[in-house]
Amino acid sequence: MPGTVDSTATRTAVFRARGVTKVYHMGEVDVHALRGVDLDLYESEFIVLLGPSGSGKSTLLNILGGLDTPTSGAVRYKDIVLTELDDAGLTQYRRHHVGFVFQFYNLIPSLTAKENVALITEIASDPMPPEEALALVGLADRMNHFPAQLSGGEQQRVAIARAVAKKPDVLLCDEPTGALDVHTGVVVLEVIQQINEQLGTTTAVITHNAVISDIADRVIALSDGRIGGVRVNERKVPASQLKW
Amino acid sequence: MSPLNRKLLRDLLHMKGQSLAISLVMAAGVATFVMALSTLRSLERNRATYYDHYRFGHVFAHLKRAPETLAARIEQIPGVAHVQTRVVVDVNLDVADMPEPAIGRLISIPERGQPKMNAVYLRSGRYIEPGRTGEVLVGEAFAEAHGLVPGDTVRAVINGKRQTLKIVGVALSPEYVLQIRQGDLLPDPERFGVFWIGRTELAAAYDMEGAFNDVSLRLMRGASTAEAIRRLDDLLAPYGGVGAYDREDQISHRFLSDEIRQLRTMGVLAPTIFLAVAAFLLNIVMSRLIRTQREQIAALKAFGYTNFEVGIHYLQFVLVISVFGVSLGTLSGLWLGRDLTRMYTEFYKFPIFTFYPDATIAMTALLIAAGAAITGTLGAVRRAASLPPAQAMRPEPPARYRPTILERLGIGAFLSQAARMILRNLERQPVKAMISCFGIAMAAAVLVLGAFSEDALDYMIEFSFYAAQRQDMTLSFVEPTSAEARYSVEHLTGVLYSEPFRSVPVKLRFGHRSRRLAILGIDPHSDLYRLVDRNERPVALPEEGLLISDKLAEVLHARIGDLLTVEVLEGERPVVRLPISGTIRDLAGLNAYMSYDALHRMMQEGETLSGAFVMVDSLNADTLYRRLKQTPQVAGVSVKNATVQSFKDTVAENMNIMRTFNIAFACVIAFGVVYNAARISLAERSRELATLRVIGFTRGEVSAILLGELGTITVVAIPFGLAIGYGLAAIVVQGLDTEQYRVPLVIDASTYAFATIVVLLASLFSGLVVRRRIDRLDLIAVLKTRE
Repeated sequence: MPGTVDSTATRTAVFRARGVTKVYHMGEVDVHALRGVDLDLYESEFIVLLGPSGSGKSTLLNILGGLDTPTSGAVRYKDIVLTELDDAGLTQYRRHHVGFVFQFYNLIPSLTAKENVALITEIASDPMPPEEALALVGLADRMNHFPAQLSGGEQQRVAIARAVAKKPDVLLCDEPTGALDVHTGVVVLEVIQQINEQLGTTTAVITHNAVISDIADRVIALSDGRIGGVRVNERKVPASQLKW
Repeated sequence: MSPLNRKLLRDLLHMKGQSLAISLVMAAGVATFVMALSTLRSLERNRATYYDHYRFGHVFAHLKRAPETLAARIEQIPGVAHVQTRVVVDVNLDVADMPEPAIGRLISIPERGQPKMNAVYLRSGRYIEPGRTGEVLVGEAFAEAHGLVPGDTVRAVINGKRQTLKIVGVALSPEYVLQIRQGDLLPDPERFGVFWIGRTELAAAYDMEGAFNDVSLRLMRGASTAEAIRRLDDLLAPYGGVGAYDREDQISHRFLSDEIRQLRTMGVLAPTIFLAVAAFLLNIVMSRLIRTQREQIAALKAFGYTNFEVGIHYLQFVLVISVFGVSLGTLSGLWLGRDLTRMYTEFYKFPIFTFYPDATIAMTALLIAAGAAITGTLGAVRRAASLPPAQAMRPEPPARYRPTILERLGIGAFLSQAARMILRNLERQPVKAMISCFGIAMAAAVLVLGAFSEDALDYMIEFSFYAAQRQDMTLSFVEPTSAEARYSVEHLTGVLYSEPFRSVPVKLRFGHRSRRLAILGIDPHSDLYRLVDRNERPVALPEEGLLISDKLAEVLHARIGDLLTVEVLEGERPVVRLPISGTIRDLAGLNAYMSYDALHRMMQEGETLSGAFVMVDSLNADTLYRRLKQTPQVAGVSVKNATVQSFKDTVAENMNIMRTFNIAFACVIAFGVVYNAARISLAERSRELATLRVIGFTRGEVSAILLGELGTITVVAIPFGLAIGYGLAAIVVQGLDTEQYRVPLVIDASTYAFATIVVLLASLFSGLVVRRRIDRLDLIAVLKTRE
């Protein structure tokens, strides 16, 4: 269901970010990660945030996911104004609405695949069973393995299973294939695409790899903390056909 | 089981070495604390029970001779519950296995049935039987010192006649828990023994039928002791009473109390410091441990775990370690405390042994230990959780490194690359380095604290018995004797040199405070009995007035120049007022000295001797002792080496038991701390070290960086630790400051060396463990999971 610019305008915006800036004080220098970003994300949309490293895409994603707060500007998720929430509010927001996939998986090393997923289903309100989530990512047979016993691609799929097991409203993936080879990267993207299509989860994927942007409904290019351009894919490419 | 609990268990298993080390540090702190406190509490309660069951008196008095009818009047004193009149005499004993004479104290007991007060506990044999003359019970300490058992005999000079005493039983009494004579510095069970003998027989021998020369009182609850003493003194004055006194002045009780107090210091102050140190270290260790989990905390938060849930998770982690450590510590503390209580009750020959485990002690220890660990944890969790998860998951921003002071001073050129990294690291994280340093320093400090007491005691012995007192033997006469005795002593075979002394029992009073002691009159230029202060500087004996121990001045609240009231407790019993002309900072006892001549003037007497200090020709020592044994005027001799041995066997040994435990626990703490410091440093730095390996550093070079850092910290920490140990020892020494002894703050080089070696060994061991782990660093994994 490829959309046009016009058609998306009439759909419900899930996220609405206005004038978002973020300044990090890194030691002796100030890093301007975001310099005023306006952005809307829509229901069930699959977007790719594209940009070179340092363009501010991770910062933007973290702010959307409630992992970080902007220095200025406003971010709204549905009726929730994220920029007005305190730490506890953000925690609740992440707990009930957001699924995260990180570049480095961030699995708890002392827990098995299944237990890493259960870590989330424990605290979610209407989760799917961990077994089901792992089956979704094709790891039903490896669920009792520890992270150290899994390949990078498998670890990332566990991380995706962990993110989707709570049936999140949004799935935020930060360079999910960044640490993987092409083949495993494609498998991971297939899984993400499949989740987006089957569950209708609003999905945002960060990448610096332009090839990956072909699988998105919309591609938002960031450079130097600003949105450089928005492209709507007329035809989405299945992840399995990607090559880089 | 929830995934978080699984994580908890697996993390604990994964860190089993460190968790165990932390638990052991905690256990060591708690164990010493629980052991010492429960032992002391049990000891005190056992003593109270012993006193109570055997009806130990509250007030005691000696007199020349009073008719038995006076007892009825004593009973009229308000507050008096029981009166016990006795005949008590000291006699010379001739013990077969000893060349020198011994003193026996004969105490009358009823022929039929136990005395109503100051009863005896029969350890073996039987009670005396009426009508059989010469039957005695002997105090166990003396019996043990001479291997006496029921059926043996001892010869004694009773009222000038040699008699044979037949031992029928071995006994204990609350009155002589420590068999020590008033005025003696130490118990000497070989040369002083207590005997209980039928009243009729003893009274007949000393012309005391229908009379008594010793009385003790038991008071009703709430009665005024001071008032009873005053009234008793009034009643006894016409009969040669030398002043009643209460338990505080009863030598066995006071000695025992002082020993318990010293045990309390060694056994409570030191363990409390241990526990505090352990708690502090736990705080540090836990907070650093948690900090290494910063990314996991961030991940949990990213998934929507609340700060509270994360906090609880880590709290459980600490609680498992703490509960294990505290339980282990409490159980071993109670177990050791039980053994220790048994040992002390045997040592003090209490006929009663009950161990009182005390839940409140364990609870206190738990609160202190777990509280410290929990604060450390919560602080670290809060710091980790306060960061936005996005930031916490990122590696910490590159730290601001810069050339170190050494490099800026231009010495950098001489440093290797590794040495430069070590120095920059230490300088970049001065707080972390300082905390590590402090932890290791405390490990060294507890070792010093645990071990120093022996040095102090050794010094005290050396000082009191060798530096200050040079005589081999002290001879005392039954009664003050005229000047000729001085020459008789000088001419005895075996006497190389002698100096006379005059000793006058007195009650020194200043304001409402008083102490009973003997003023020792010596030649101001004495070569044998030297007055030196604790810094080994000679102190001049003033021509007039009193020179007293600074401790005596302190307990009397008197200062130099103040006039003391001196109530003489012998002869005509004059009461005079004398100024304090000087004080002496000595180490043992409460002492008052006067010049030999000034004391004679005070007593309004010509030259009179109470005894003499003697240097003995060791070749003729036995001849001398045999001669003295047959000299009725000689009340006793105390041989210095024997006294020193007795001190070492009693006080020193008691303290050393505690010391041994303290050292053992200090070793555990030292190892635990150093090991953890090394492991945590490794955890904090493993990524960096793996990177170095990847870019081509060898294992040896990488190990050198971390171990070099640890080594540098250890080397810097040790002198600090020794200094802190000195400070802690100073605190403990304050608590050892009693009327009996002032333990000096003396720490031998060997103790410092011991502490240093243990810390170095612990570092070496930890270094080896860390080295092995560095060798096994997973280089690829490190690169994969971090940019």
